[in-house]
Amino acid sequence: MVERQSPLEPVLQAGSHGNFEHGVDIILSETQPGSIVQLAAWPGEERRLISGIRTVTGLALPDGAGGGSTDGVKSVFGFAPGKFTVVDEAEGLASAFAGVVTPAIGTVTDLSHGRTAIRIAGPKAEWVLAKFFAIDFALPAFPVGAGRSTVHHDVFAQIQRTGADQFDIYVFRSFARSFWKALCHASEEVGYEVQ
Amino acid sequence: MLITCPYCGPRDVIEFTYQGDGNRERPQPASQNLDAWNAYVYDRLNPAGDHNEIWQHSGGCRAHLRVVRNTLTHEISSTAFARGGHKSTARHKAEGKS
Repeated sequence: MVERQSPLEPVLQAGSHGNFEHGVDIILSETQPGSIVQLAAWPGEERRLISGIRTVTGLALPDGAGGGSTDGVKSVFGFAPGKFTVVDEAEGLASAFAGVVTPAIGTVTDLSHGRTAIRIAGPKAEWVLAKFFAIDFALPAFPVGAGRSTVHHDVFAQIQRTGADQFDIYVFRSFARSFWKALCHASEEVGYEVQ
Repeated sequence: MLITCPYCGPRDVIEFTYQGDGNRERPQPASQNLDAWNAYVYDRLNPAGDHNEIWQHSGGCRAHLRVVRNTLTHEISSTAFARGGHKSTARHKAEGKS
């Protein structure tokens, strides 16, 4: 496979930054998953697509809009009616789906090189993200595994909650560097560590 | 102004794009009826009150929605998918959280 270069490379500086004298409340990292795949079902084929997702990843999708789940290696969440984002640490997810999601069920789009995955974790993750996005980040409204699609200054972002105080954000690769810088600025007040 | 997307729930209007009057009826593409085409392009009800509109949740799930908006108060009295087939499963603020 082609070796992938991170768009964050020139600005990603590992270590503690900002107001961290009293400890770091935010940990920022780039997860660099091997595969990011978008699946879309034709109207009426959603059930077959969801069972296909279970066949390939072993993950069951809960009912309801924006439902999702993660096992730490693979993640899946709905971001629009009949549409799902599936992420795997390993490469080759798109070809695994190609045999299962047939043209009669829906489409498979490999976005592995088109999106950058940023993880924000820590006790102040909700607080920092609330400065970016006008959605409810509280745990009852945004449960673990669930996904949301929203925008920050017209930069489209897909957010999945992968822990009680951990979120994975998928942004366009071309906007990732400026988004990362904004995320660092927003985290300065609480003290953050880049890993 | 908040619009409750049937998929995403209540979201700020900044995430949505107005796609025009929802009362228009497009004539068949092969239609030679100039009056019908004229009405489709130019005639608008311009009501002072509830108005059927098409919006796209362009900064979210990207679905097209049928929205009824009051042009006097900006109150949104109903939202639904413009295309049927997808049931609304979003949590709505008015119904409370389960």
